[in-house]
Amino acid sequence: MSDSVTPPPRPRPDATTTDPAASRAKDHSFWNWLLFVPIVVPLIPALFNADSPRFLGFPRFYWLQLAYILLGVATTTLVYQMTKKRGGR
Amino acid sequence: MWRDHLTEIIIFTGLFLLVSAMGFVAARWRAPRDMAHLDEWGLGGRNFGGWITWFLVGGDLYTAYTFVAVPALMFGAGAAGFFAVPYTIVIYPLVFLVLCRLWSVSHRHGFVTPADFVRRRFDSPALALLVAITGIVATMPYIALQLVGIEAVLKTMGVTGDTALARHLPIIIAFAILAAYTYQSGLRAPALIAFVKDTLIYVVILAAVLWLPQRLGGWGAIFDAADAKFAASPNPNDGVLLSADNQLQYVTLAFGSALALFLYPHSITGVLASRNRDVIKRNMSALPAYSLLLGLIALLGFMAIAAGVKPLPGAREGTVDSNTVVPVLFDQQFPDWFAGIAYAAIGIGALVPAAIMSIAAANLFTRNIYKEYLKPDATPAQEANVSKITSLVVKVGAVACIVFLDPQFSIDLQLIGGVVILQTLPAVALGLYTRWLHRGGLVAGWAAGMGLGLWMLYQIPNAATGRKHFGGSAFPLADFGFDTKKTIYVGIVAVLVNLAVAALVTLALRAATVADGTDGTEPDDYFADEGDPRVTPGGAPGADAAREPVG
Repeated sequence: MSDSVTPPPRPRPDATTTDPAASRAKDHSFWNWLLFVPIVVPLIPALFNADSPRFLGFPRFYWLQLAYILLGVATTTLVYQMTKKRGGR
Repeated sequence: MWRDHLTEIIIFTGLFLLVSAMGFVAARWRAPRDMAHLDEWGLGGRNFGGWITWFLVGGDLYTAYTFVAVPALMFGAGAAGFFAVPYTIVIYPLVFLVLCRLWSVSHRHGFVTPADFVRRRFDSPALALLVAITGIVATMPYIALQLVGIEAVLKTMGVTGDTALARHLPIIIAFAILAAYTYQSGLRAPALIAFVKDTLIYVVILAAVLWLPQRLGGWGAIFDAADAKFAASPNPNDGVLLSADNQLQYVTLAFGSALALFLYPHSITGVLASRNRDVIKRNMSALPAYSLLLGLIALLGFMAIAAGVKPLPGAREGTVDSNTVVPVLFDQQFPDWFAGIAYAAIGIGALVPAAIMSIAAANLFTRNIYKEYLKPDATPAQEANVSKITSLVVKVGAVACIVFLDPQFSIDLQLIGGVVILQTLPAVALGLYTRWLHRGGLVAGWAAGMGLGLWMLYQIPNAATGRKHFGGSAFPLADFGFDTKKTIYVGIVAVLVNLAVAALVTLALRAATVADGTDGTEPDDYFADEGDPRVTPGGAPGADAAREPVG
C-alpha cells in the first residue's frame, strides 16, 4: 500500500497513540455535537441586540457577546477533554 | 511635526530593531540538522508545540490591520464593527475537527499547502492550480494591508514626507529588514517574534482598558458618548446597537468570515507547523483569549469617540484616514513613552502576519506552480530555495502596491480577498470529508462563485466616499428583487451558489460517466497523528509521496 516504510525522521514518543481505528472512533464522538452550541448561539442577534440590562456600564450587546467567548472556550475544552485519547473515556 | 514625537519614535525604533535581531537569530532557534528543506524553512520543522503555536497562530490571525481597522469601523459605524467578536468565537468550534483532519492528512503525505491536498485528493493539478492562485491572490493584498497598519502609526508620529518616496521610505526599510530575516530564518522568525508582539499587545490593551475608562468617565459614559454621536448622524445603519436592516449582514459577515479565515494559506501554514493533533485541539480552546483582546480593541473605537479624537487627514483633500483613530487616541491619552510602546506593538504586529503570509504564498507558488509545471523533479533543497526567493518577490509586490497605488485599492482587494478565498471551501474543507463532488464540478462551482461574488462586490457603492463600486461587502437584497432594505454578506451568497453549481455539474458529469481520477488518500490518513509509522519522511530523496499516486 504505502510506498515508503522508512521510519520517520523524528523519534516516536509513544507508538500506542497511533492506532487509527481507535482515533477514528474517538473522532466520531457524540460530544462533538456540543460544538454546534457556540457556533449557533453567537449568530442569533435577537439574544444580544439590546441595551439593557447593562453590566459595568456595558450594554447587553457588548457584554453578552464578550461572554460568548467563555461559552466557546468552555465547550471546546469540554469536548477536547472528553474525546482525548489518553485519560479520556 | 516628528520632533514633538521624539520619545515615541525612539521607543518604536528600539523595539523594532530588537525584534529584527531576533528574526535573524531565529534561524538557529530549534535548528534542524539541515535547513535546506521546505518543511524546515516553510513550516518550521512541523514541530511547534502548544505555546509556540498559540503565539504563532494568534499573531497570524489577529493582524495589525485588524487592530487598526476594527476600532476604526466601530468609530465610524458602531455595532456593525463588533462582528469581529462573534466571527472569532464561531471560528474555533467550527474548525475544531476540520483542521485536525487537514493536519493529519498533510502530516501523512507531507503536504505543505492546501492545494497539495486538493491535488492528491481529487487527482487534479488544474483544480490545485486554481486553489493555489486563489490563495496567492487573496493573500497579496492582505500583506499590503499590514503596511497600512504601520503607516497609520508612522503618520501619527509625524513621520511623513513631501514626496511619495520620502513618505514611504520608513516602510520600505522596515520591509527590507523583514524580507531579509524571513529569507534567512523562514517560519521560525515570525514564530519567535510573535512572543514579543503578543506580549506587547496584551500589555498595551490591558493598560488601555483599565486606564482610559477612568479618564473618560467610565464605560457607561463611553457608550453614551458613542450613542449620542450615532444618533446625530444621518446614517440609519449606525448606532451602538444593530438596526433591523443590518442584522442579517452582521450574522452572515461573521459566519462567512469565520469560514474564510482558515482557508487563507497563512492560517493553514500556522496550523500545519504544529507538532500533533493535540496541539491543535488545545489551541482551539486557548486562541479565544485573542478574541477577548480583539473585543476590547474594538471598543477603543468608542473610547476615541468619547475622547473626541479627530482622525488625521487622508491622502486626498477633504478625506480623513480613519485608520489613524487608535494611534491618535494613544497619542492624546498616554504618556509619550507608553504611546511609543503601543505603536511598536502595532508595528511589530504587522511584521508577524506579513512574514507568515509571504511564506504561505511562496509555498503555494513553489509546490503548486514551480514543482507542478516548471520543474517536476525539483529536490527539497531546490524547493526551499525557490520559496525563499518567492517570499522576497511577494514582499516587493506588497510594498509596490502601497507606494504606487492608492492604499484604498489594497483595502478593496482585501475585501474581495475574503469572498475569493471562500470559493475554495468546497474543494479544501468539504474535500476533507467527502469526495462526492466531481473535480469538474468543483472547477465549475469555483468559476460560478467567483464570477457572482465579484459582480456583487462591483455593484456595491460606498455612500461615505462617493465611490460607485467595491464600496463594501453588504449587498442589498433589493437588488435580487426582494422587497426589503436588508443586506447580506456577498461571500455567503457566492459560496452557496458555488456549492449548488458544483453539485449540479457533479450530477451531470456522473451521468455522462466522465472520469473522476483516483483518490490518493485513504480514510485512515485523516486520523494519523505524530509518530504514525506510515508517514512519508519528507527529506528522503525520491520519497516525496505527495507527488505520486499511492499504489
